[in-house]
Amino acid sequence: MIGLEHYLIVAAALFVTGIFGIFLNRKNVIILLMSIELMLLSVNINLVAFSAYQGNLTGQVFTLFVLTVAAAEAAIGLAILVCFFRNRGTIDVEDVNVMKG
Amino acid sequence: MQTGDLSIILPEIVLAVFAMAGLIAGAYGGRDRLGPAMIWTTSALLAVLAAWIGLQGEGTATAFGGMFTDDAFARFAKVTILLSAAAVLLMGEGYMARSNLIRFEYPLLIALAAVGMMVMVSASDLMALYMGLELQSLSLYVVAALRRDSVRSTEAGLKYFVLGALSSGLLLFGASLVYGFAGTTGFAGIFEAVQGRAPVGLLIGLSLVIAGLAFKVSAAPFHMWTPDVYEGAPTPVTAFFATAPKIAAMALLARVVYGAFGGIVGDWQQILAALSVASMFLGAVAAIGQRNIKRLMAYSSIAHMGFALMGLTAGTAAGVEAMLIYLVIYVTMNVGTFAFILSMERDGAPVVEISALSLYSRRSPTRALAMLVLLFSLAGVPPLVGFFAKYSVLLAAVDAGLAWLAVLGVIASVIGAFYYIRIVYIMYFGDEESELDAGGSTVLAGFLVASAAMMLVGLWNLAGIEGPAAAAAATLVR
Repeated sequence: MIGLEHYLIVAAALFVTGIFGIFLNRKNVIILLMSIELMLLSVNINLVAFSAYQGNLTGQVFTLFVLTVAAAEAAIGLAILVCFFRNRGTIDVEDVNVMKG
Repeated sequence: MQTGDLSIILPEIVLAVFAMAGLIAGAYGGRDRLGPAMIWTTSALLAVLAAWIGLQGEGTATAFGGMFTDDAFARFAKVTILLSAAAVLLMGEGYMARSNLIRFEYPLLIALAAVGMMVMVSASDLMALYMGLELQSLSLYVVAALRRDSVRSTEAGLKYFVLGALSSGLLLFGASLVYGFAGTTGFAGIFEAVQGRAPVGLLIGLSLVIAGLAFKVSAAPFHMWTPDVYEGAPTPVTAFFATAPKIAAMALLARVVYGAFGGIVGDWQQILAALSVASMFLGAVAAIGQRNIKRLMAYSSIAHMGFALMGLTAGTAAGVEAMLIYLVIYVTMNVGTFAFILSMERDGAPVVEISALSLYSRRSPTRALAMLVLLFSLAGVPPLVGFFAKYSVLLAAVDAGLAWLAVLGVIASVIGAFYYIRIVYIMYFGDEESELDAGGSTVLAGFLVASAAMMLVGLWNLAGIEGPAAAAAATLVR
């Protein structure tokens, strides 16, 4: 029987994968965008699992908002990335370094 | 019922509709020829809305099933946010026109960010919080990369986007845990569910929510994006980043910790105290080596957010009042300082090196004097208003039994005074004659002198903000 804790463990694993994807990835900014998406989707699993467990719909409504915002966020991220690529000619993470810090 | 709800969020609706109508007018009508007119209109509308909200009656109203609260706290924060956004828009107009950046989208994105911030400070539900925060953040990512043909500006936008999205992810994961363990997303419901003791899962959720919001107020150790974004973004945009979003995120943090988690003050107090100490010291120490005045202001804002967090850490109504007063004074000082930075030019091109200011006092004595007052006030030198801002948060911390925190704050502010006074030293006793242009726009000079004058006039009763700030704090802390 699959219970609430199994869903939470999967979500936590995906979330941590996403965070490590952002910090350990040294290659490509697109992978950063994928990691961000992974984090947001793991949150959705959490919300839906809690919603089903508690028997109220709030979590599922929240999930719909998160999905919508995630789409807008990806669009804006890609737009900024395209502008950056036009100026710099590369999207390697190591080359995002004109300013120190 | 529905019309009542709509009338409560009418200011937000007006601003949002204006922004969308402006986008259509810009896209089908004049394009960037509309830019200057759009900046003036938006700025005027923001000021009118601030007056409208400020003059609105008293009391507390909630809309949309408790998702949106309009109370004295929200109104105080909204008036400050709208007025600072209006001031920054006006200040930036000349700079934007000269650097060929005057796009009609700029004021409209600022207006949309302002709508997001108004929703943030009124949010009383995790969903409303998230929507407001994202509307603000998504608009700010775009304005950071406004100069599309510059590597620095687009890099600033990219860094801000990646770290901002990471912080949103942390905040959301925390929000999902809070929802799971409290059974509701409404702040009032969470407040009732969490009294005295909280389950571990909820505490993890709370920590993640605070970490996500700490990114937005750029508190150390979540400050990494701040210096780069401040440096890379066009200066008017930097001025905006340093003012309105800081108030909104700080007010939102206050609303979350008091409105939803007011029953477990002891648990979040430790987290906020650690953030506060780290920010104050990092801001004070890291700013010393900076040569670029925009980077210096980034570290300065990190240190100031540390002090504002100290007021929040106190966990009392007096602490929240001190935080609100601190934020208003901080914003006033920053508007003046950025008016000065915007007027730093050599042969019509903007300059950001601190060394270019050497002996600026001979070129332009009035501006140098006004900047001196502002820098002393930022450093917290006694006779000026900036000192009383720091004094009130320190007092709140001591009264709450956090004397160690107040002592660390005094030490950090002494270290931080060094780099402000170094700028004064360079302006008055530098090596060579400054090459900066002496003239400059009267708008900027007006904001600079007005802001410096407030540092002296405000000594009389803090310009009357104490009463509204106390009323705002009283509605929040139960």
